[in-house]
Amino acid sequence: MTGIITIVVLVLAVITALQLMRVFELSTKARKQVEYEVTDRDNNYQGWLMLLFGIAMIVSLFWMLYAWLPVTLPKPSSEHGVEIDSLFKISMWVIIAMFLLVQPVLFYFAWRYRGAKDRKAAYYEHNNRLELIWTIVPAIILAVLIIYGMTTWSNVMSPKNEKEPIVVEVYAQQFKWIIRYAGEDNKLGYANVRLIKDANVVGVDTLDLLSADDKVTSEIHLPVGRPVLFRFRSQDVIHSAYMPHFRAQMNCVPGMTTQFQFTPSVTTADIRQDANVQAKVARINALRTEKGLESYAYDYLLLCNKVCGSGHFNMQMNIVVESEEEYAKWLAEQKTIAETL
Amino acid sequence: MADHAQEHAHDSAHAEGHDHDEHPVDNFWTKYVFSTDHKMIAKQFLITGMFMGLIGVFMSMLFRLQLAWPGESFPILETFLGKWAPDGVLDPNMYLALVTIHGTIMVFFVLTAGLSGTFSNLLIPLQIGARDMASGFLNMISYWLFAASSVVMLSSLFVETGPASGGWTVYPPLSALPQAMPGSGAGMTLWLVSMTLFVGGSLIGSLNYIVTVINLRTKGMTMTRLPLTIWAFLVTAILGVLSFPVLLSAALLLIFDRSMGTSFYLSDIMVAGELLSNQGGSPILYEHLFWFLGHPEVYIILLPALGITSEVIATNSRKPIFGYRAMIGSILAIAFLSFIVWGHHMFITGMNPFLGSVFTFTTLLIAIPSAVKAFNYITTLWKGNIQFTPAMLFSIALVSTFVAGGLTGIILGDSALDINVHDTYFVVAHFHIVMGLSAIFGMFAGVYHWFPKMYGRMMNKTMGYLHFWISFVTAYGVFFPMHFTGLAGLPRRYYSSAEFPIFDELHDINVIITFFAIGGGIAQLIFIFNFFYSMWRGPKAPQNPWRSNTLEWTAPVEHMHGNWPGAIPEVQRWPYDYSKPGYEEDFVPQNVPIKEGEHAH
Repeated sequence: MTGIITIVVLVLAVITALQLMRVFELSTKARKQVEYEVTDRDNNYQGWLMLLFGIAMIVSLFWMLYAWLPVTLPKPSSEHGVEIDSLFKISMWVIIAMFLLVQPVLFYFAWRYRGAKDRKAAYYEHNNRLELIWTIVPAIILAVLIIYGMTTWSNVMSPKNEKEPIVVEVYAQQFKWIIRYAGEDNKLGYANVRLIKDANVVGVDTLDLLSADDKVTSEIHLPVGRPVLFRFRSQDVIHSAYMPHFRAQMNCVPGMTTQFQFTPSVTTADIRQDANVQAKVARINALRTEKGLESYAYDYLLLCNKVCGSGHFNMQMNIVVESEEEYAKWLAEQKTIAETL
Repeated sequence: MADHAQEHAHDSAHAEGHDHDEHPVDNFWTKYVFSTDHKMIAKQFLITGMFMGLIGVFMSMLFRLQLAWPGESFPILETFLGKWAPDGVLDPNMYLALVTIHGTIMVFFVLTAGLSGTFSNLLIPLQIGARDMASGFLNMISYWLFAASSVVMLSSLFVETGPASGGWTVYPPLSALPQAMPGSGAGMTLWLVSMTLFVGGSLIGSLNYIVTVINLRTKGMTMTRLPLTIWAFLVTAILGVLSFPVLLSAALLLIFDRSMGTSFYLSDIMVAGELLSNQGGSPILYEHLFWFLGHPEVYIILLPALGITSEVIATNSRKPIFGYRAMIGSILAIAFLSFIVWGHHMFITGMNPFLGSVFTFTTLLIAIPSAVKAFNYITTLWKGNIQFTPAMLFSIALVSTFVAGGLTGIILGDSALDINVHDTYFVVAHFHIVMGLSAIFGMFAGVYHWFPKMYGRMMNKTMGYLHFWISFVTAYGVFFPMHFTGLAGLPRRYYSSAEFPIFDELHDINVIITFFAIGGGIAQLIFIFNFFYSMWRGPKAPQNPWRSNTLEWTAPVEHMHGNWPGAIPEVQRWPYDYSKPGYEEDFVPQNVPIKEGEHAH
């Protein structure tokens, strides 16, 4: 029934539009106008609209920055994250400045030079000096950003270790994460998908002596201030281990091991005391109470950021950053491979 | 000299052709279906592209409903998707399918074939002064391969396990293993078949364009007198010829992995409890092959739009395009660089970090020629006498989106910053603005500007204005807010963000985006109506409605085989002599001889 009504409405809409066009045609004919020709009046209207749009665009940019910057990620909770964020801020200033320089000029020119019958445009085909300037100036700005970016990248990807990093394996499968700690020796035993059997969910080679003290867990706990070397594997398709609060991400690719290292710098307990985070949590909880959902306390997250199938949108795990002692206590409670298999 | 001889040979061959060519009238099949006339093939590409575009945009409206109100029931979803939206609630697999097919259709079928296919076909012969494409027959084959690939792609919507759903990049193993998701079954096979046909059509078309531009230019049409549209189409075609075969190889290896038990991309996999025997392949290989096409593809989409804009902005500012040679230089620089930046899609795939630095360097370099283009467009407006035709409005909008989206590329191209925004909505915002909006605005500009050349009638200006303003406002309304959801850490391709309390705050933004998306989508009906109404009932077009310089406006309004009755006009000057001092009119067509003492460009 709704289908028939929809079709009827659509047909009527098209007929109405056709009739309106007919009226429109006759009226332009009566006024002896050629509809498609752009008149001075059109140019005037459209020029003003362009100017108006330019202003509205700039105003709404500032409005969005004001209204929505608070919903973006809070301060980074890792050492390299601070570096990434300062590079991000500088790049952002550069692009916002460019945006505020170029867009207003574009819309201003559109309005200022709107056409009129009695005007004639300037014949101005090129100016080598001008063109040289706007090739060289962006080149210099970009050179600075490139060098800064490359330095940051190499600092992040090849960190210098003062302490030995804790090795943690993140194993991805549709649609969950499994964690393996390297244990006492801080070395992960060999593992392969072909060895997966029953309780041996990540396919550890039990004959490899290095694996005996490995611990398979369903949570991530990390000590604050110690570098952590994550090694990523996947059982089935490509996943991506995204830890936005730490400004960390790496794909998990079946058939190979990838890695990413960072040092958590703020504990979960401390970040919950951060003023911005508390304001954020308060806003979120207000929304959740309205909908009758349970209240929320802030947590660090590991989420999947490479489409991996129907459950992709809910492939998550909490990350707990805590003091060295709390971490040691928690880890001691976890069972080793030797104990479980 | 060689040019000359060829041109002459071509001409006389054609003249002879015309003698026997007195065939009565084209019948329906030879005129509308299996036409070898470049003007008709252009229209075929356009209409097919528009049809695919409507489907692609409609899909985005459907999944935007789910993203704004996750898990809520919308009867319209069940009407269109049936069992994929039981009780009006979208199925997660179908959500991914919609996202995938939306991307595939928009990137390949609308903005590659629909844009480049339409305007390369229409404008190359008309603007260089040729009777037709170098090979009309291959040109026809090119269209029909595209049409066949469209049919195959659409047919995949109707298979039981649903269409391909692994994202438009269809990374294996997800796309290789039907056990991993239903869409990787028959739907994915059809996707691969469709893309194979598509690449075939695209290659034949591109080769034809290249040969035509190089060999069939009329007398006096030197490379530095070519309109920038033709430069853009030529370079686009070269990019296509060099990169599409690599996509084909990626697709072929994927077909082997899927159907013949090879392990190019597969190794050490257990999926749905089943251990696979594949060993030794790497999905990273696929990513390299895919993005070796994928990145040039961005410019295959963008360059024609920029070419069209150059032409429309110069014509309607009544001014020469500023820095003609710099514009050619920047097209060439962008094209060259586009082949050595593909790794910026792969910074965090586990690729060697050193390569990350290299790709950051090359990627950020692209900003330089892009900036030159933007500044040159703006300077072209300066001291102009701007005529706001709908085409001109869309061209100015293109400059705006090209700048707005290009700037965020500086963030994403920087490997260190990409770590945290990779695959979030920040990326979705970036590429939709810089390539989606810019290219579609360029395409609209082209349609409004050359409609009289295609159909001999004029489109309605008022409806054009309405269509433009709604599209422009809603386009920014959809994609600008996405930067913020991206910076909040929201990954793309999430069926719902409701599983993460931290994303609850983004709900309002998602609702705003969806309202703009639906408004913008519906506004396209104004364009469709205007298009078909004007095709039949629009006022008859005059010879040169925009008072433009290029050769196509010297050809008669009524279409004919061979484009010009009698001799092809000779080219005497560059195409941008607008408002030249010493001339009464504010335009001097390319076939007007240089006056004595006049300074030629």
